[in-house]
Amino acid sequence: MKNIEEKNDWKKYIIVFFITIFIFATAFYISNNLNNSKLEEIRKIEDTISIDILSLETQFDLFEELSCENITDSILSKELNELASKIEYGEKNFDLDGELLSLKKYYSLLQIKDFLLMQKATERCNLNIESIIYFYGREDCEDCGKQGYVLTDLRQEYPELRVYSFDYYMDLSAIDALKSIYQIDQNLPALIINERVYKGFKSREDIETIMPELLKIKEKREAEKKALEEAEKKESEKDSTN
Amino acid sequence: MNNVSTIIFYILAFISMYVQIFFLITFFEKRKKIQYRKGTTKLDYYPTVAVAVPCWNEEKTVEKTLNSLLAMDYPKDKVTIIAVDDGSTDNTWQVLKKFEKYPNIKIIQKENGGKHTAVNYAIENSESEFVSCLDADSFVDPDALRRIISYFQKDPKTMAVAPSILIDKPKSFTQVLQKVEYEWAVFLKKVLGILGGIYVTPGPFSVFRREVFTNLGLFRKAHNTEDMEIAFRMQKNHYKIDQCNDAFVYTTGPKNVLALYKQRLRWIYGFIMNTLDYKHILFKKEYGTFSLLAVPAGFVSIIAVPYILGLLFVQIIKAIIKFIEKVSITGFDFNFTFGMPNFDTFFLNTEAYVFTGLVLYLIVMTTIIIGKRMATGKYGFDLRIILFMFTFSFIAPFWVMKAIYNAVFAKKTAWR
Repeated sequence: MKNIEEKNDWKKYIIVFFITIFIFATAFYISNNLNNSKLEEIRKIEDTISIDILSLETQFDLFEELSCENITDSILSKELNELASKIEYGEKNFDLDGELLSLKKYYSLLQIKDFLLMQKATERCNLNIESIIYFYGREDCEDCGKQGYVLTDLRQEYPELRVYSFDYYMDLSAIDALKSIYQIDQNLPALIINERVYKGFKSREDIETIMPELLKIKEKREAEKKALEEAEKKESEKDSTN
Repeated sequence: MNNVSTIIFYILAFISMYVQIFFLITFFEKRKKIQYRKGTTKLDYYPTVAVAVPCWNEEKTVEKTLNSLLAMDYPKDKVTIIAVDDGSTDNTWQVLKKFEKYPNIKIIQKENGGKHTAVNYAIENSESEFVSCLDADSFVDPDALRRIISYFQKDPKTMAVAPSILIDKPKSFTQVLQKVEYEWAVFLKKVLGILGGIYVTPGPFSVFRREVFTNLGLFRKAHNTEDMEIAFRMQKNHYKIDQCNDAFVYTTGPKNVLALYKQRLRWIYGFIMNTLDYKHILFKKEYGTFSLLAVPAGFVSIIAVPYILGLLFVQIIKAIIKFIEKVSITGFDFNFTFGMPNFDTFFLNTEAYVFTGLVLYLIVMTTIIIGKRMATGKYGFDLRIILFMFTFSFIAPFWVMKAIYNAVFAKKTAWR
């Protein structure tokens, strides 16, 4: 009794199957391409940073005592912070076994290098550069997420602050050396501020108390900004009276 | 998402997309053959029709239902309306008495026995060529019956025809969303009709040839979804069911979410139980699309809906918890959270499941727009479509999961 014409159009079943396969394949292809370009972006930032570091090192070698006034301009904190957030995102969203892991190791090395250079600059040019070394664990560390939020927030509030974060469980000899110098154990999160180790979660207020210089830097920055604005204002007033 | 849940997601998304594309292609293949009639439809011959109106505590709506039947554009001497008061405890019987004076309305009062007993009573106490049923919360368009009968006259093999059901004057938010859903169903049901895959002949004004009941027997209780069981039984016996997309019936949708929840729980529970009762006719090529695609797809959607949408729900809850945690530690920084200068395409999620999910949503949206066009004649997108997809995404998993729970633990569902 059934309408025979509509019964089991096998061709349609197969065509629809291939259309669906095609859509899925396209989705995977696009996703793969975009993820690759993200890795490429991380790679590019790392290249910029490594060139910056190399040129900074070269500057030191060339001029020994000189060029202290230039050093503050060439600090890499901006790119380093950008890279930090992108690596962090990649860690959560991409497969860490692949290329990202070696990028992350490279990034850790760059951080150590930057830290050493900044120490050198501080000594030689009598600069006031504030830095925090932060050890976290991707697993078995309940407070690390919270600590991460606090540090990101501090970095935004104080662009002068340099935060170097290291994955405690990463298999890298340079990190092991850092761990043994400061005697960091599995009690995470751990912060190193002004050569002193602080264990466990530290709130924003805690860190601001440990580093009173931060507030001073901020006040100084704001005073400078204000002075600049006033100067501009005066200038524009001058223009208008003319 | 971890690996196992990602794989399950892709399998379910693949099947869902397959079915949606199958429907879309079928629609575009046959779209020229789909009729959209206006005005009065002429018939060569007007067969007799009996319309059962089962009532159980319907004092508020039954009057409008009967008036809509009286206003039908069909020879009065060919239609018999049989209103059955199935042991109401309110004033339904008093309302029915007002209609005693009409020669083509019969009113009957009986002890409560369930909707199927009321409809069966009407079938047994009539002799018409065609039999129909109209739930007492629904109202027919004046030309609906002519258009339906024309389908029977076009193909003598057609044994039942279902109409397009729309929501009558939506007032509450829940009803406005159901309006979108019912318009979408006009598309889905028509395609199922073309494919021969209809698995429900709904209580509001499906029309049957009397042979269906004389040959296959009367309505059964069938887990409170007698209108679904009869369709399964007809498919099992190769009786053709068609869908008349331009015959409109208006029904009162549940006003609030709780009432909607109960209705859907009953529908989905009924679908699961009827499918299990008729499992021996699944995946057999002699039963056609009904057995190969329609029912399996319905069954998969029962798992896919809570899974895909529930997963989304969990992700959103997780993001909110994270956000609250962050705000509680660092304070709410308006500039950082919403400031566009911080926006970087790098942080957009570019995993494949995002794209497949997006395509799936777009296909569903397309079919909703087509459905709206079929139901109202108007093209166009409106915000209610987004609102419907979003809201149902959140609430549908609840009734689906409860229906599965009830089916697994053999708990029966109530009518209301």
